Amino acid sequence: MIQIKDLHKSYKMGKNSLHVLKGINFNVEEGELVAIMGSSGSGKSTLLNILGMLDSSDSGEYILDNVPIKDLNETKAARYRNKFLGFVFQSFNLINYKSAAENVALPLYYQKVPRKERQEKALKYLEQVGLKEWAGHLPSELSGGQKQRVAIARALAAEPKVLLADEPTGALDSKTSYEVMDLIQKINDAGNTILIVTHEPDIADMCKRIVHLKDGVIIEDKKIEQIRAEQYV
Amino acid sequence: MWIFDRDLWSEIFATLGKNLFRTFLTMLGVIIAMIILVLLLGGANGMSNGFQKIFAGTASNSLFVWSQSTSEPYKGFERGRRIQFKLEDATILKEQIPEIEVLAPRIELGSHRGVVTVYRNGLTSGSAVYGDYPNVDEIMKKKLVEGRFLNENDMTESKKVCVIGEETYKLLFEKGETAIGEDVRINGVFFNIVGIYKPNQNINIDGENSVYIPFSTFQKAFGSGDRMGWMAISVQSDTKVPVVESQIKRLLKNKYDINPTDERAIGSFDMSEVFNNVSAFTGVLQGVSFFVGILTLLAGVIAISNILLITVKERTKEIGIRRALGATPKVVKRQIVLESIVITVFAGFVGFAIAIGFLAIANNMIGENSDVPFYNLMISIPQFLGSFILMVGLSVLIGLIPANRAIRIKPIDALREE
Repeated sequence: MIQIKDLHKSYKMGKNSLHVLKGINFNVEEGELVAIMGSSGSGKSTLLNILGMLDSSDSGEYILDNVPIKDLNETKAARYRNKFLGFVFQSFNLINYKSAAENVALPLYYQKVPRKERQEKALKYLEQVGLKEWAGHLPSELSGGQKQRVAIARALAAEPKVLLADEPTGALDSKTSYEVMDLIQKINDAGNTILIVTHEPDIADMCKRIVHLKDGVIIEDKKIEQIRAEQYV
Repeated sequence: MWIFDRDLWSEIFATLGKNLFRTFLTMLGVIIAMIILVLLLGGANGMSNGFQKIFAGTASNSLFVWSQSTSEPYKGFERGRRIQFKLEDATILKEQIPEIEVLAPRIELGSHRGVVTVYRNGLTSGSAVYGDYPNVDEIMKKKLVEGRFLNENDMTESKKVCVIGEETYKLLFEKGETAIGEDVRINGVFFNIVGIYKPNQNINIDGENSVYIPFSTFQKAFGSGDRMGWMAISVQSDTKVPVVESQIKRLLKNKYDINPTDERAIGSFDMSEVFNNVSAFTGVLQGVSFFVGILTLLAGVIAISNILLITVKERTKEIGIRRALGATPKVVKRQIVLESIVITVFAGFVGFAIAIGFLAIANNMIGENSDVPFYNLMISIPQFLGSFILMVGLSVLIGLIPANRAIRIKPIDALREE
């Protein structure tokens, strides 16, 4: 699903150049649940941004679902993001004046899905994350865990190839974190490819594979026995 | 078409409605600008209409021709010779100059602007007495308060009838007394009053205090023979008055052996010149109003742009989320520009409605009052459409500033965790 070859990225900080990614190579197969771990400054967020087409690499190859991702202009990047990727952020990033259902329907709006179909799909995905009865509520009326579940529903709504989650449990307490992880695992069980950036080992252990980043290189890449989150819920 | 997309509009109204008070404040500038624009235009139009009302009844493409004394010797005649028009001149002019539409010969008792004493029951009035053709009414409409103006029948039968001015009436009659059917005496001849007219206060060629009698009656009663004093002439609307004016003068100079270079022998007054001056004045006034109004509108629209810039700044994160979810720069740009248009157009309509209300109130207060040179203050449909299109055009241009700022937002910057 994802092939990355010799990916480099550096940021210019004044006169100094900060080499953040120093040749990353890794592949992700369809249906995987990968945790990208590393301390802050390890380059994990940069990697996720490049995977999410929110940022571009300096050199290297990135192929997503057999489509080479390079030389993207803003419009093309927006289309690819919409078509291929679903995002889940640490701070949920819901639009605060839109109801849960409207938030979920937003990527579909940019896909020009007809209104009625959009509403149906939004409800379907809200139901999948267990928030159907909250469809009409504003984000401010939801708890953190509920917000993140709405965000997951929104990421799923566009039926993306890959779900990218950046510290999805970073702003949640551990019980809620496990609930969210349980949801993510179930989505993964259904066949979705998911990448999670996290620095919490217990969250990483709930994935099927852990990629460890340090100082811009992968120092460890191992498949693990998944710990199911539902036992903690 | 995307413009009919219900979701696009609900997006726009959702963002605008999010901060209603600020949206309202933003609109205020354009509302006031639109009020100023419409009031200025309406005022200028009202003034133009006011002048038109003043001139109502007077043919704008008309002139008056009268005889004076020669100022140059010619063909053995000495200078200072008094020229006297004859009634046949009217026929000749009408025959030879087809551009003349109406020609009304006139003769007056006494010298030019002379005053004759008119008697009734021991009361007197010093009035100008004119012998007129009824068709003079087509050039200078008399506003009759009572009765009628002279007609063809009066002419053919040389009836001893007259139409008097309101001033004459006041001098000869007690207040409230009936004048129609009463007789007045002029130079020993009795004339029966058939009408009273109200002189136009603003353009007055005949004097305040005049008496009109049929031309034919004048000839018989005062023995004026075929003499003619002056002519009121209207020309066809597609003809320029000065052209006809010089044609008439050339013909008359030739007939009366006047030196073609003599400027003084025949006097004339071009009514169209007055009209042109007035319409040039009101035209300039309208132009200035439009200019001032548009600049005010521009200031209002710039205020909208400023607020939208602030809004874009505030919405950085939201726009970033939208971009991450697949909104293309075009979609973001379109939304901001449409927000600008919606605010401007809505504010414009509100301002327009308020201003129209003001104009309606002003119209109501002025009414038919002829002392105020304003009448029917309103803006025309082309003016409305013009300002409307301009307003939308400005809002698009100005909306592009915040829109371009918005598309420079990169999702990665917007979504960066603090």
